Amino acid sequence: MSEPLLALNVSDKRFQSRPVIDGVQFDIRPGEIVSLLGPSGCGKSTLLRIVAGLDEDYRGTVRIEGAPPHLHSPEVGFIFQEPRLLPWLSVADNVGFDAGRGGGRHPRVRELLAEVGLADFADAYPKQLSGGMAQRAAIARGLFAQPSLLLLDEPFSAVDAFTRMRLQDLLLSLAARHGTTLLLVTHDIDEAAYLSDRIFVMAANPGRIAGEIEVGLPRPRDRAAAELARIQAQALALLHGEQLDYLDLRSELAARPRPVEPVDFASLSFAV
Amino acid sequence: MSKVSTLGAELEVGMNAGLNALPAADASERPRRRRLAAQFKGWVVPFALLVVWEAAVQLGWASAHLLPPPSELVITLSDLAASGELLRHIGVSSLRVLVGFAIGALLALVVGAAVGLSRELEAYLDPTFQALRAIPSLAWVPLLLLWLGIDEAPKITLIAIGAFFPVYLNLVAGIQNVDRKLVEVGGIFGVKGWRLIVRIFLPAALPNLLTGLRTGLSLAWMFLVAAELIAATRGLGYLLTDGREMARADLVIVAIIVLALLGKLSDSVLQLAERRLLVWRDVYDGKRS
Repeated sequence: MSEPLLALNVSDKRFQSRPVIDGVQFDIRPGEIVSLLGPSGCGKSTLLRIVAGLDEDYRGTVRIEGAPPHLHSPEVGFIFQEPRLLPWLSVADNVGFDAGRGGGRHPRVRELLAEVGLADFADAYPKQLSGGMAQRAAIARGLFAQPSLLLLDEPFSAVDAFTRMRLQDLLLSLAARHGTTLLLVTHDIDEAAYLSDRIFVMAANPGRIAGEIEVGLPRPRDRAAAELARIQAQALALLHGEQLDYLDLRSELAARPRPVEPVDFASLSFAV
Repeated sequence: MSKVSTLGAELEVGMNAGLNALPAADASERPRRRRLAAQFKGWVVPFALLVVWEAAVQLGWASAHLLPPPSELVITLSDLAASGELLRHIGVSSLRVLVGFAIGALLALVVGAAVGLSRELEAYLDPTFQALRAIPSLAWVPLLLLWLGIDEAPKITLIAIGAFFPVYLNLVAGIQNVDRKLVEVGGIFGVKGWRLIVRIFLPAALPNLLTGLRTGLSLAWMFLVAAELIAATRGLGYLLTDGREMARADLVIVAIIVLALLGKLSDSVLQLAERRLLVWRDVYDGKRS
């Protein structure tokens, strides 16, 4: 077994004294595709933000190739739930954002756009793209810095089912071609089973790992294969093992997201 | 005026042609023809009014002394233009507006960006600016004359004050409304400090900033007239005072028309800049989808 690319051990993470993650520990080896699967509120997106360096307020140790996570690590790319393209930049400039102003002229931008099938849209503005196209551009942006670990936060939850399947296949082929390790957060059992080498099923309140599933199926996988259905059933059983009483809303209410507050830019570590 | 709108139409057509390579945009002949027709309709009422006006004076319904007919205004205008006097007034006034607007807008850009980005600075500065904003423009005039004499300084200062507030207010609002999610994108890519302002906050606040600049420019013209009405020996505001003192309504009306044209012209320049800079914006453009 090779050295882990990501060694994560988050013992405790709270939002205003409410525990959201309680003792989550796992390693990811280079080249693996790993999913964090769980209901909303299980802290899976929070874990991803910790790995990305967006959240530094936790107890535990996280090491990416031996170093603690930090923003703008060249090892780590991040893909949000929505494309989050900057609307005032052309698609090419968005993909090459990391290279500074005029980054769209970087030769790698052309290659990446061709790989995600957007070669003809280099000079278009994000408003001219469909949801799936915009997410493809976002994937290209995430790969631009050639990260060894790509983090994806429910990346395909905002697109329709057909686009989602195409994007999943695109993601797999890109990961294979670039040798990128993927850590994916999802609440879609089919998606987790189809994409992953390993699935960590998470439970909520507080967030913890309910079980680990080794998928161990060769690719390309058949979406209709019986083995895949068996993996899905296994994941479902782990999710339901959680014994959620759906009539008891107390925990749901406690987990309710805080009302939206205006952003305090002064408190952001990367703001002025 | 017609020249300006044709220029705008040309630019729009040019932009559509540029986007033509993309499937989202279509530039056919029909919308252009419809726009020309709309422009023609816009001229009907002013033209009719001119005819009625001329007729009313010629037929003796109104005194030519108080309401000089359009034909006489044309003569006044061409006399003023031929003597070079009109151009001198326009030059002086335009320069005042330009300098005053530039100073006011630039200050507003710096202060607005700082206040928009820092809650701390906002808490200290914003209430003061809100209070200063409530002062009517003319109230500044005596004070500025006392402090700065009757030269260019008080006029430029007054115009700068007029331009400052709309730019400041719009920029602060624009920066404070920047989508947190886009700021986070900057964070993911390690963009911080000055570069975060230039690469995320300013472009995101650009629509508001341009609205502020356009409002500021129109206020600059308004404050110019206030400044020139009271103490000036040159400029279009002076032409207004001069016309009143010599009981020449034609001079007053010509000055008003020239002011309107200059205001419209300068606004059109900013409007052009706005269209060009904000092509990326995904807004309802009035077309049926």
